[in-house]
Amino acid sequence: MMLFKLSLKNIIRSIKDYAIYFFTLILGVAIFYIFNAIESQTVMMNVSSSTYEIIDLMNSMLSGVSVFVAFVLGFLIIYTNRFLMKRRNKEFGIYLTLGMSKRKISLILFFETLIVGCISLAVGLVLGTLLSQFMSLFVANMFEAKMTEFEFVFSSSACMKTLIYFSVMYLLVMIFNTYNVSRCKLIDLLNASRKSEKVKLKNPWLCVLVFVLSVCALGYAYYCVTGGATELQTADKILIPIALGILSTFFIFWSLSGLLLKLFMSRKKVYYKGLNSFTLRQFSSKINTTVFSMTIICIMLFFTICVLSSAISIRNSMTSNLTSMVPADIQLDKKLDLPADSRYSEEIIEDSKISVRETLDRLGFDTNRYFKDIVEFDLYASNDILVRDTLGDAYQTLADQFPYLDYDMAETFMRVSDYNKLANLYHLEPITLEDGEYVVVADFDSWINIRNQSLKKGTSITINGITLTPKYEECVNGFVYMTSSHINTGIFVVPDDVALYLPREEGILVANYQATTDEEKQMVEDMIIATGNSPYAPNTDIEASTRLSLYESSIGLGAMITFIGLYLGIVFLIASAAVLALKELSESTDNKERFQMLRKIGTDEAMLNRALFRQIGIFFLFPLLLAIIHSIFGIKFCTYLLETFGNEELLLSIVVTAGIIVFIYGGYFLITYFCSKNIIKEK
Amino acid sequence: MENILKIEKVEKYYGSRSSLTKAIDNISFEVDKGEFVAIMGASGSGKTTLLNCISTIDRVTSGHIYVDGEDITKLKGNALNKFRREELGFIFQDFNLLDTLTAYENIALALSIQNVDVKEIVKRVEKVAKELDIKDVLKKYPYQMSGGQKQRVASARAIITDPKLVLADEPTGALDSKSAKMLLERLEYLNSQLQATILMVTHDAFTASYATRVIFIKDGKIFNELHKGCDTRKEFFDKIIDVVTLLGGDLNDAL
Repeated sequence: MMLFKLSLKNIIRSIKDYAIYFFTLILGVAIFYIFNAIESQTVMMNVSSSTYEIIDLMNSMLSGVSVFVAFVLGFLIIYTNRFLMKRRNKEFGIYLTLGMSKRKISLILFFETLIVGCISLAVGLVLGTLLSQFMSLFVANMFEAKMTEFEFVFSSSACMKTLIYFSVMYLLVMIFNTYNVSRCKLIDLLNASRKSEKVKLKNPWLCVLVFVLSVCALGYAYYCVTGGATELQTADKILIPIALGILSTFFIFWSLSGLLLKLFMSRKKVYYKGLNSFTLRQFSSKINTTVFSMTIICIMLFFTICVLSSAISIRNSMTSNLTSMVPADIQLDKKLDLPADSRYSEEIIEDSKISVRETLDRLGFDTNRYFKDIVEFDLYASNDILVRDTLGDAYQTLADQFPYLDYDMAETFMRVSDYNKLANLYHLEPITLEDGEYVVVADFDSWINIRNQSLKKGTSITINGITLTPKYEECVNGFVYMTSSHINTGIFVVPDDVALYLPREEGILVANYQATTDEEKQMVEDMIIATGNSPYAPNTDIEASTRLSLYESSIGLGAMITFIGLYLGIVFLIASAAVLALKELSESTDNKERFQMLRKIGTDEAMLNRALFRQIGIFFLFPLLLAIIHSIFGIKFCTYLLETFGNEELLLSIVVTAGIIVFIYGGYFLITYFCSKNIIKEK
Repeated sequence: MENILKIEKVEKYYGSRSSLTKAIDNISFEVDKGEFVAIMGASGSGKTTLLNCISTIDRVTSGHIYVDGEDITKLKGNALNKFRREELGFIFQDFNLLDTLTAYENIALALSIQNVDVKEIVKRVEKVAKELDIKDVLKKYPYQMSGGQKQRVASARAIITDPKLVLADEPTGALDSKSAKMLLERLEYLNSQLQATILMVTHDAFTASYATRVIFIKDGKIFNELHKGCDTRKEFFDKIIDVVTLLGGDLNDAL
């Protein structure tokens, strides 16, 4: 009981030192709860079944991500705890000299962890429960679910999960502490505060050289992901700019400390003003030892910014793009003229000889009654005309450049009159073709680049002895299949009579529903789904993509990415801010003496506080600044990859991201400043 | 002569009413401009407490301390800091140099916190470095210097602001005898050539013998006072030893 009292007193006494630790733990618990409680919130929502599938997927992904998050938080807690232990080495040394056994010290630590753990869990869960009410509104909004009434949701499963995960983490901390106490030597404990660090200055010219080199390397990495992004065709090529980015980040921090010092020292007017020389030296002496952690924090912040801003905008931009990419209510397609020796059943082979409309008829669906604006056409393909053939002379260079692409795919052809009918429905530009001309329609950027190379050379193709030459030197932007992203690798539009020499590949029917309101459209959609139960259904493999289903899945997918991105982003942000804060606080303990000295020679309190503020500010700002510069290019690259952002979306998401970062990172900064101020004030 | 420091019936108590410790018990004395005064006493005699009160690091319980006519026991907050950085120079036993700064920067800091112009700083640092013979260590960090060099850098920092009063707390305490002698000669030089007023606390008779006047403190009271007058340093040293013997064993032990 005595030990328990001692633990309690220790905590109360060092509550100021514990502030950051508490803050981090509470935040960690709250966030863990909030994201795991989403599952219970989504159960209450009134959404369609396909959205439910996505939500199910999201919930299982969130709990998978939670395991990863638990690892991050676990490491964070052990790290923070280690910092707190270091500060108390002397105290333990005194206990030991007084004859207290190591077992008893471990017991004190055990009680301390227990108390801190219980309080943080309780406060964190309460906070999490409150915040998750706002989250539920957000969740409903993201999935466009209708909230009939506001309901207070408490997720007992999320609560249990949080309790279990964090109990395990605290248990690990206890084991870690016990291990540390059992290993420590009395002499080290008592002398812990007497260690002084040698300050080594780097050669400024070497710094300049390293700085210039790393800026160049970084510039090249930036170029790779923006201007040269089209060159990054394979996943392993992206590793080069990533590695370059990390290395140059490290060396920029390494060299900048020496360089800035040199720069400011040469400007004597600034350097010898107030405590500037002191602040700069503080900063440079610390950056020497913490370049590594600054690099990690910078990279983590960069990751956070990119993930947050992409995650926030992805859902909206995904759906906003759909307006142009899914211009009709429904598209039905099925393979035509399947060969008799294929692995398909006889009925399906038989069905592949009739048109889509006829199949619908047999399924018992009245096309004329429910559909309008119908466009029906066939696509043609032949194993005689492969991608490698259409690339012509450009094939060799392209094959060297992009060895992983499939050049043995059969190309797809379409009649120009069919295309123009479709283009009319899709609101695309119509195409006029003279005899002996062809046009390639595509919207997949990298494939457009590939095809343009061959079109520029005027590569001709031959169909049944008729030679066609490209009408334009580049692809025409357009698509045939309705999808939620730009994946049309290229369809050849040729004169009507030429296409007929090729075998039919696929029959397609595009139409709008004979309906005006959302309810009516849903009714038509339900009827199409119901055809799956008709007796003819097993005889065909017709497939449908509808506007409604594409919207739903894209909303769901976007929302899922948003939640996972938010979850990871915020946890990473907290982790990096907490590590920085604790690093800074542990420095403050060493700095106490220095500030005491400055006070003795008569420095104003205001001047001291300003110096401290600047010192911590620089330390927080430095990694953030570089991370922001990284992010400008990182976000550009994400935009390129996802091909989904509109500028407005991006602006909004950047504002929200900035808000989150200012709130969490800025919060940590202020707490660090006030805690440090307290530390240097102590007498 | 003009008097720089006037201590009037200063008392400093520690503890509660029931168990009172009088660290300083009604001490009064004056220091004139250009004097080099040593305060001697055994540990626990109250000499460091007195110095802390003069340097405004500690507060007196009663009495007044006037520096150049200004009652510093009445100062508060930033006025205290202002007084400390403009009127006083400090030399500490453990140097109190900032380990992250070079010698040059350590010395310049005393001026830059007073917002002195850079050109002036450069000029004055060079001058003071010459006087204290530390020109070759200016670019070094404290950990690259010997104890004696560190203490001379600290002295340079103390006098560069042209303080009315330099306070030295056991300045030779952490030095070997050779460095101690060198430092004391420098302090003597500062005192005689630049008219710096120095108040030094020590328990070491040899160190005290460099002063022009020695005040002995025992149990918080002034016990004796010696003036150097026209004595040589050796004669003055012998006189100090005599008083120390008179004071009793405790100070002898400290020798």
